[in-house]
Amino acid sequence: MTADIALWAVLPYVALTVFVVGHVWRWRADQFGWTTRTTQVLENRWLRLGSPLFHLGAFAAIAGHVLGLLVPKSWTEAVGVSEHVYHVVAVGAGTVAGVMVVAGLGLLLARRFVNGRVRRTTTRMDKAMFAVLAVVIALGMAETVGVNLLGPGYDYRETVAVWFRGIFYFQPDASLMSGAPMVYQLHAISAWVFLAMWPFTRLVHVWSAPIAYLWRPYVVYRRRSAARVPETAGR
Amino acid sequence: MRPMAQVAMVMNLDKCIGCHTCSVTCKQTWTNRDGTEYVWFNNVETKPGIGYPKHYEDQERWKGGWELDRKGRLRLRSGSRVKRLASLFANPDLPSIDDYYEPITYDYDTLLKAPAGPHTPVIRPKSALTGKDTAITWGANWEDDLGGAAEHAGGDPNLASLPPEAAERVRFEFERTFMFHLPRICEHCLNPACVSACPSGAMYKREEDGIVLVDQDRCRGWRMCVSACPYKKVYVNHHTGKAEKCTFCFPRIEAGQPTVCAETCVGRLRYLGLVLYDADAVTAAASVPDERDLLEAQRAAFLDPADPAVIEAALAAGIPADWLDAARRSPVYELAVRHRVALPLHPEYRTMPMVWYIPPLSPVLDAVSDMDGDNTDPDDVFHAIRDLRIPMEYLASLFSAGDVDVVAGVLMKLSAMRGYMRARTLDGTVADDLLTATGMSGADVERLYRLLAIAKYDERYVIPPAHRENAAALEGLGTGCSLDVAGGPGMGGEQSTGNGTGNGNGKIHLPLSVLPSRRNGSGS
Ligand code: SF4
Ligand code: SF4
Repeated sequence: MTADIALWAVLPYVALTVFVVGHVWRWRADQFGWTTRTTQVLENRWLRLGSPLFHLGAFAAIAGHVLGLLVPKSWTEAVGVSEHVYHVVAVGAGTVAGVMVVAGLGLLLARRFVNGRVRRTTTRMDKAMFAVLAVVIALGMAETVGVNLLGPGYDYRETVAVWFRGIFYFQPDASLMSGAPMVYQLHAISAWVFLAMWPFTRLVHVWSAPIAYLWRPYVVYRRRSAARVPETAGR
Repeated sequence: MRPMAQVAMVMNLDKCIGCHTCSVTCKQTWTNRDGTEYVWFNNVETKPGIGYPKHYEDQERWKGGWELDRKGRLRLRSGSRVKRLASLFANPDLPSIDDYYEPITYDYDTLLKAPAGPHTPVIRPKSALTGKDTAITWGANWEDDLGGAAEHAGGDPNLASLPPEAAERVRFEFERTFMFHLPRICEHCLNPACVSACPSGAMYKREEDGIVLVDQDRCRGWRMCVSACPYKKVYVNHHTGKAEKCTFCFPRIEAGQPTVCAETCVGRLRYLGLVLYDADAVTAAASVPDERDLLEAQRAAFLDPADPAVIEAALAAGIPADWLDAARRSPVYELAVRHRVALPLHPEYRTMPMVWYIPPLSPVLDAVSDMDGDNTDPDDVFHAIRDLRIPMEYLASLFSAGDVDVVAGVLMKLSAMRGYMRARTLDGTVADDLLTATGMSGADVERLYRLLAIAKYDERYVIPPAHRENAAALEGLGTGCSLDVAGGPGMGGEQSTGNGTGNGNGKIHLPLSVLPSRRNGSGS
C-alpha cells in the first residue's frame, strides 16, 4: 500500500516538480546549453531518414496520449464514438506512430553509436536519456501492440487515464493504478522518470520550436547595447 | 530615406599572394577551439577551383541565397518559411563535414615521450573528430596554387558558363591557364540570407555598424543559417551544437581597429571603411529582375556621405557626426562607388554582400605575355581585355553575374592607371588617350593610384570607434576579455554549467589543436 502511494501519488508530483523547477533553472542558468546539439554535419545519411521518422512519430504518439489520457471516455462516447471504433482507431494509429518512433529512434541510436564522429559528441546525459526513452517506448509498444493489437486488450481509459487526470486535481486514486497490468505500471513509472530527466537533457529544444518564425520579418536588427544582454537570457 | 551605417571591406585581388597569413591569424583568434577545428572564418582559395567547402558556389545543389518567386518577390532559395520549419528535423541542404574536410591533429605526445633510440619517432595524423588514425584527403586550401587542378578544378561552378575548352584548359594545361587567390570572409550582407533563415531569431544585423552576428545564447542549433548562406560562411560548432560565424572582429572594430585579417594581411590589400546606405532601398535593390542590374542597384542603395540631405537624414537617424566624417573618408566608398573599381562577389545571390573585390588584372596580363604581347603596353592589355573570353568570362561570373563589360571596365581602369602613372613617372608625359578610354580624369587616376599603391594604415582603415555613451557595456573595453563571456565566441571563461551538455569545463586551449578527450568517447 505504501508502495502504491509512493508510486502513484508521490512520484508523479516529484517528477512534475523536478520537471518544472528544472526547466526554470536551466532556462535561467544555461541559455548557452539550450540547443538541439545537432550532429547533422557529422553524419547525414541515417539522420535524414531517422530524424523525421522519429519526430513525426513522436508527435503522433503525443497526440495519441493527449486523446487517450486527457479526454474522458464519456466525452468520446457523447459524440458518438463507440468503444470499438475508438479501440480500432487508437490501436491502428498508435501502432503506426509506434513503429515510426521505434524505427526512427533505432536509426538515430545506430548512427549515434556506430558512427565514431557522432559517438564522440555523445554525453553521459545523452546516454542516460536514450536508455530511459528506449524503455518508455518499448513498454508503450508492448501495451499497444502486445496487449491491445495482438493480446486480449485493456481499457486503460477506465483506470490509467482517470488516475492520470486525478493528478491534476490533486486527487490521484492510487488504487486505479495498482490494479492495472504490470506493463502499464512500468510504462507510467518510466515515463515519470523520463519527464524528470527532461530539463537536464538536450530535449529542452522541444520548447524552442520556432513557430514565431512564420510571422517575423526576415532580417532581424538589434542595437549593440541590446545585443549585450539578450532579453531571453536569465543572467 | 533611412540611412544606416555599415562597416565594409574591399580586397584588391591583384595583391594577394596567397600566403594564408590572414587565415591563420583569424583561426588563432577565433576558431582555435573544440568543435571549430574545420572552421575558417577567413579562408583563401585558389581560383579556378572548387573552393571551401567543396562546390559552395553551386546553388542548384546547396540552395543558398535568394531567388525571385513567380511574382518577382524575394524568397530564400531553400523555400518558404513553412518548408524550412518542416525541414527542422533534417536539413536537406546542409553540407556534411566531408564537404569541408576532416580536421586532423597529431598525437604529439608520442614524439615527446619517445625513448632515446636509433630511429626517429614518427607520428600519424589523427582525426580530430574521432581520435582515430586517418588519411589526409582534403583541406581548406587543398587546391592551393592549382594543386590537384587536373583532378578537381574543372568542377569549379564558375566554369560552367564558359566555353568547354575553358574547363579543359584548367584541367589539363593548368600551367598555361590563369590563376589568382580569393580570400573570403563573411560578407556581412545588407540582405543576409543567414539571418532571414534563422528560425529562432538568434542571428541579427547590428543597427550601428551592420555586423552580422549569432547570439550564442539564443541559437538553438536549427542549422538553417548554414545552408542559407550562399557563401557558406556560417558553421556548426559540433562541440557546442551552435552556429558560429565571422564576427568582423567586432571588439576590434568597436575600438577603432581593423579586423585581424586586415591588420595582418601581408599584401596590405584590405581596406576597411564605412558605407552609408538607405535601409528602405535594400529590398527593392535586391529584387531587381535582371541579375546583371544587381550591382548598380546595390550601388544606388549606397548614400553619398558628402550630400547635405544625406548628412541631415543621417544625423536625424542617430548616426554620430564623427561617423559621418569617417564615411566621407571611407576607402571602401571611394573604391566601390567613386572609382567603381570594386565589385561584389556573386551579386546574383541577392544577399547584397559588403565585402567587395577589385578584380585581378593578372590573369589578363598573363594571357598577354602568353601570346607574346607586351603586358606593360596598355594597348595590348586593352585588346586582351576586349577579346579574351576565358579569364574575362570567368571573372565576370564571379563579380558581375556574368556581365563581362563590367569587369572589362574595371580592368581597363586598372590598366590605364598603370600606363598613365608609368608614363608620368618614367617620361614625365601625360597619357591623355588612356584617360579618354576610361573616362577618368588625371586627378582621379592619381587618387586611385595613391589608394591602391601607397595608402598608409590610416588611409586603408578608416574605422570610427564605437560610441561609449550609446552602449551601456562596450564589448571591446572593460576589464575582462569580451570574448570570454559565457557562450561568447572565445569561450575561455565559464560557460554552460552543469547540464546535459556536460562540456563546460572552461578550459582554455593552447594554439596547437588537441585530440578530443576520451571522456565522452569511444573507449578504444
Ligand atoms: S555572407 Fe555572412 S551575412 Fe551574408 S548570408 Fe553569409 S553568413 Fe550571412
Ligand atoms: S594575408 Fe593578405 S596576401 Fe596573404 S593570403 Fe591573406 S589576403 Fe592574401
